[in-house]
Amino acid sequence: MKARTLWRHFRESLKSLGRNGWMTFASVSAVTVTLLLVGVFVLIMMNLNKVADDLENDVEMKVFVSLETDDARKQSIEETISDLPEVESAVYSTKEEELADLVLDFGNELDLFEQNNPLFDVFYVKASNPQQTGSVAAEISKIENIEKVEYGKGKIEKLFNFLNAGRNVGLVLILALLFTAMFLISNTIRITIVARRREIEIMKLVGATNWFVRVPFILEGMWLGLLGSIIPIGLVAALYYNTLEFVQPKLSGELFQLLDFTPFIYQVGGLILLMGVFIGVWGSFMSIRKFLRV
Amino acid sequence: MIQMKNVYKKYPNGIVALNGLNVEIDQGEFVYVVGPSGAGKSTFIKMMYREERPTSGQMFVDGIDIATLKNKKVPMLRRQMGVVFQDFKLLPRLNVYENVAFALEVIEESPSRIRERVLDVLDMVGLKHKARMFPTELSGGEAQRVSIARSIVNKPKVVIADEPTGNLDPETALDIMNLFEKINATGTTILMATHNKEIVNTIRHRVIAIEGGLIVRDVAGGDYGYES
Repeated sequence: MKARTLWRHFRESLKSLGRNGWMTFASVSAVTVTLLLVGVFVLIMMNLNKVADDLENDVEMKVFVSLETDDARKQSIEETISDLPEVESAVYSTKEEELADLVLDFGNELDLFEQNNPLFDVFYVKASNPQQTGSVAAEISKIENIEKVEYGKGKIEKLFNFLNAGRNVGLVLILALLFTAMFLISNTIRITIVARRREIEIMKLVGATNWFVRVPFILEGMWLGLLGSIIPIGLVAALYYNTLEFVQPKLSGELFQLLDFTPFIYQVGGLILLMGVFIGVWGSFMSIRKFLRV
Repeated sequence: MIQMKNVYKKYPNGIVALNGLNVEIDQGEFVYVVGPSGAGKSTFIKMMYREERPTSGQMFVDGIDIATLKNKKVPMLRRQMGVVFQDFKLLPRLNVYENVAFALEVIEESPSRIRERVLDVLDMVGLKHKARMFPTELSGGEAQRVSIARSIVNKPKVVIADEPTGNLDPETALDIMNLFEKINATGTTILMATHNKEIVNTIRHRVIAIEGGLIVRDVAGGDYGYES
């Protein structure tokens, strides 16, 4: 295809937007509403994911070493734990350090234990995949000289189940919304194509190739998608900005945080734009197929 | 130019439109295709520009094998020919000049060449002065002349016309026929399906009569042969 022809298609597609003013408006509105919903969902989903990750990363096991273990054995236990493929990190903390932590938290009354420290030496262990914490804990507890492993059993499994369910539901909702949007766009574009059936027929009768007929419609779909993504991007950005203003201060010091405004909002904006263009182009492409058989 | 050998066409609904048709048309001929409605005339015409494809048999148009022609190659076939219809098939939102230029834009001609050719053919059909008018502002005869201009703008070897005078009064129909004569005089083959008895009987050319999917009569300089 020559550059001149491409330029012609380009102009034609823009002219057509103006000529089919109401259809353009209808398609753009449909895209706008859907992408707005999708955008808000993506905001929620990505943040839910972030919160989930933050919470998950906070999950660690406390591995108690039995009292009679000597230093050499402790050394070898540390190596054994660190060598487990599922383990991300293992940090050793002596019982003196443990007591110092307690004193820091609960006050000097605990000083009296300094003579006769009842605590254990411990390893703080993180699994590289937090969801595997349970099985890693089970494995570590089999090592000799390990008194016990604590990791909030039960509670953590519930948390993970909840987070996973949330992720899946969100994903399904986003896919369903996108599907609806494509359907809407492909229908509205089909109406503009039906109105221009004659034109397509004549083009084909004078020897236009299928691509020559198709390209202006596909470009038109692209414009519809682009136009339809402007408002959602603006609204989603404004919405998120204000949400952060409101929520961020309340979360200071919490274990989890929301995603920062940038670069997150650029990513979401780019995603909305891409989805707009994709559903526009795809919608056109699907609608025009059956009108090319002349 | 056009060869058909045992061409058979059966539509999916079971109707047999052409039943083993044989014909040979040479370059530069002017041929009327006549026959009652539903006799297979339209199918015959539509096969020329591969809107329909033979179910079996052999068919060549300007050396192109219609029976095996791939969909992708159909545009190439159509660029070798011009088609004219009863309802003109002009684009209402384009003016006369643009309607004719359209046929060349589609095949990616250069703008200077398009301009030259379009003005040429509009001059030939006598509508140069109406180049800026829109199809709705034209009479039926003028609209048909625009559509003829469009059909010959790419210098085709053959022009296929399906009832080109069907919507026109007798006088205008004669004008249109004169135009076809002029085009034919330049060596272009003309294949014209028609119901117009007066024209066939006045401007004598080869007549092919189709009935029941077969050619029942093929006479050079023949008459219409049916009561109108």
